[in-house]
Order: sequence, then structure tokens, then C-alpha cells
Amino acid sequence: MGEFLIYALLAGLGVAVIAGPLGAFVVWRRMAYFGDTLAHSALLGISLSLWLSITPGVAVALTCVLIAVGLFVLQHRQTLATDTLLGILSHSSLALGVIAIYLIPNANMNLESILFGDLLTVSGADLITIWAVGLGVLLVLIRLWRPLLAITVHQDLAQVEGTPVAAVKAVLMLSLALVIAIAMKVVGVLLITALLIIPAATARHFVRSAEAMALLASALGCLAVAAGLMLSLFADTPAGPSIVLCAGVLFVVSQIVSKARP
Amino acid sequence: MSPLLNVADVSLKIGENLILENISFRIGAGQITTLIGPNGAGKTSLIRIILGLQRATAGTVSILPRTRIGYMPQKLVIDPSLPLSVRAFLKLADRNHANTTAALERVGVPHLFDSPMAHLSGGETQRVLLARALLRKPHLLVLDEPVQGVDVNGQEALYKLIGQIRDTTGCSILMVSHDLHLVMAATDQVLCINQHLCCHGTPEVVSADPIYRELFGARTALYTHHHDHEHDLHGGVAHQHEDCNHG
Repeated sequence: MGEFLIYALLAGLGVAVIAGPLGAFVVWRRMAYFGDTLAHSALLGISLSLWLSITPGVAVALTCVLIAVGLFVLQHRQTLATDTLLGILSHSSLALGVIAIYLIPNANMNLESILFGDLLTVSGADLITIWAVGLGVLLVLIRLWRPLLAITVHQDLAQVEGTPVAAVKAVLMLSLALVIAIAMKVVGVLLITALLIIPAATARHFVRSAEAMALLASALGCLAVAAGLMLSLFADTPAGPSIVLCAGVLFVVSQIVSKARP
Repeated sequence: MSPLLNVADVSLKIGENLILENISFRIGAGQITTLIGPNGAGKTSLIRIILGLQRATAGTVSILPRTRIGYMPQKLVIDPSLPLSVRAFLKLADRNHANTTAALERVGVPHLFDSPMAHLSGGETQRVLLARALLRKPHLLVLDEPVQGVDVNGQEALYKLIGQIRDTTGCSILMVSHDLHLVMAATDQVLCINQHLCCHGTPEVVSADPIYRELFGARTALYTHHHDHEHDLHGGVAHQHEDCNHG
């Protein structure tokens, strides 16, 4: 077994672990489309990093924050529904990102690897970044678990009880941006949301508490990563889509299993 | 003694729409105040301003320093994808196990501790929400339509419970309601609003006010009949109310 495969597996697991609890919040708060929009704007971040010669991760996080602020401003004008606004932001930023990458002279950038991930070329440095950011975000989520859950259950009630709602929401958004930045290498910008929501949705049927759902989502994500890499290795399929496909299969199986139970 | 809550000339304008106009009232310690008014009268907006969830366009809301507020929102919609037991829901307000069990006992549903929130009936949900508000050990309890989604028997029991909570804890209560006769019998002060404060005072005063009668019709006149027995059938209760209303 090659070193590249161990790197790929560890990188995938690192992302899957943090995608569990974060994905649970994306599902509970119905932020899937929001996550998609941030992920699409990440492509713009990549081209920005090439233009300005800054670290891709920083540029991606920065673009995500900009998009989130843009959405916030647009929402307060209250003429169009949020999903319409998200659709506009999502696809314009994706289009802009693709064009920007084409316009950069000698960019030497493989668009497909950005869109669908490039797990098999993960470097040692990538691995360190993924685990450092992943563990950092995980610690923040654990620390803020109660306020995060409180604003998810009932925002006004949480605010009256003294939860700093705006700050907690900002932290959640930033966590999402950071995880998108590290997940890009693993599954690519088009499939990141899948890695967040599918394991969490799969876990729902088998748990009775929010904490259990987050933990099980992490475990299922890890399983999908391992199975996806195996598939990729033996069937010579692209790694990112193989992982997402395995997550999807797990979801279908969970539906059948939960239906079969009395 | 200064009042617990003093609302002075509060107005709210959203865009071109005037939602509230020059509302002023006070709530003293241990008082039960009921806010009534037709749909769209601005009751919930007023509550949100008092709670600090929304800013008034004009006017001030002053609350005595160090006043703890317990809040029972009008609706609780938890996404079905979020598995949450009653225990976990109450833990969001207070991590102490003894406190959460005591609060649930106080509202009369200790057996629900391990139930999923999604499985509760309307009345059970309202009681669990009330338990969470009580966990704050409030000086002021703000209840937005506390009997919403509760059947008639349950409504009466819930109002009784709210009255008992005031009697035992001495907290002030501000509640929104539009089912009038049940609530007015257990209220010290009634505020009838429809954008502006139409009339206010004791239940007797308000129910005799012509503006009130115009807004709500004669059918909703004050209900002072005292129940000394429990009802178990909807029909029986409704019939009795009919009699009392016109008595």
C-alpha cells in the first residue's frame, strides 16, 4: 500500500470527523443550500489566491465570509426569498470563479481537481492543515455546543436567556467556511455539501439525541471515506465522487433498514 | 415603589406600516397583566420589544435592574431532523438535573422527562415551555399565547397553573391572549390594544368599555362564573360557557 493512499485516507478521515457534527447543524438549521453557496464561492477563493499569491485556504475562508456578509445584506432588503438569493450568489460566484481561473496566465490549475477533489495527491503539509483546522473547529463546536443547539431550537428564546445569538451564528458560519476550505482537496467544491449532510441525514434514524447524531454522522462519514477509497482503488474511479457515492449508498441502506424495523 | 416594568410611549413603524402607536403601561410586582387584541393588533410585536428582541421606533421600555425574565414563545417549531428529548430541551436553560426535574414537576408533567419533544401534544408542549421559562427563576414571566393548541379543558387547567405559579413565586406575569373569558377571571390588569391602547384596567372595567365590546362583540363579555368542578367533555364545557356569557 502506497504512502499516497495512507495520506489520502487520513485526510479523508480528518474531514469526515469534523463534517459529522458540523453537518448535523447544517441539516438541523436547513443550511444545505447555504453550504453549497459557500462551497461554490470557494472556487472564486482559489482563483483569488492565485491572483494575489496568498494561501488558498485563507483566500477561500475570506471569500466565504464575503459571500455570507453579502447574503446577510441582501436578506435585509427582504424583497426576494433566501433560496433565490442563494441561487444567485452560488451560481454567479461559481461562474466567476471558473472564468477567473481560465483568465489567469500559466495558472497550471486543473479545474477538475478543484470541482471534484484530488484526494490522491494530498501532501504531508495538506494533511497537517486538514487535521489542525478540523480539530480546531471540532473543539470550538464542543465548547459552544449548548448555545449552538439553543439558537437552533429557538433563537428568540435563546436570546432572551442571554445567548449571544449573533456571535454564535458568526462562529458557525466561520466554521463552515473553514471546513469547506479543508474539504475542497478531498471531495471538491461541488460535492462538499454532500459530505456534510448525507452522513448526518443517515444518522438521524438511529439516534435519540443531538449528540449521538453528531457522533454517528462522524462515524458514518469515516466509513464512507474508507469505502470510497477502496472503490477508487479497485475500480479506478475518482476518489471524491466515490466517497460521496458510498455515503449515498449508506443513506439508501439506512432508509431500507429503518423501514424494516417495526 | 417603582414598577417592575414601565412601558412609555412605545411606537413601532415597519416601513410605512404603523404597528404600534404610543403604548404606555406599567406592571407592578406580583401582578398578572393580560394583553388582548384582535389578530394583527401588534401584541406579539409589543412583547418582542419588551423582551429586547426588537427595537421600538420611539418610546422607552424600562425594567428594574437585575430583573430576570422568563419567556414562553408563541410557537416552538423544532426541525424533525433534530432529535431532542424534553430533558435535553430543558438542559439548554439549566444544566442542573435537580432543577430541571423540579421545574417539570412544577408544571405537572414529570413523566415526560425522557420523551422526545416531537411526540408531545399541544398541551404538553406548552407545559414544557413553561417549565423552561421557570428555570430562569423569573421575576417577570412573559407568556405569548400560553394556551395555544390546547383543548378547552387543558386551557382552563393551564391558566390555573399560571395563577398558582404567581401565587407561589410572587413573580409578575405578562401574557398575550385572545380567548378572553377564561383568562380575564384570573387577571389583575387587562390591556386591550389595537395598534394603540384602546382601553385598560381591571377585567370588570375593560369588559364594560364600549370600545372593547365593539372590538370583541358582546359574546365575549366578562366571564366571572367560578368553576368548582372539573369538566371532562368538550360539549358540556362549551354549553356552560354559553350560559355564563349571556348571564
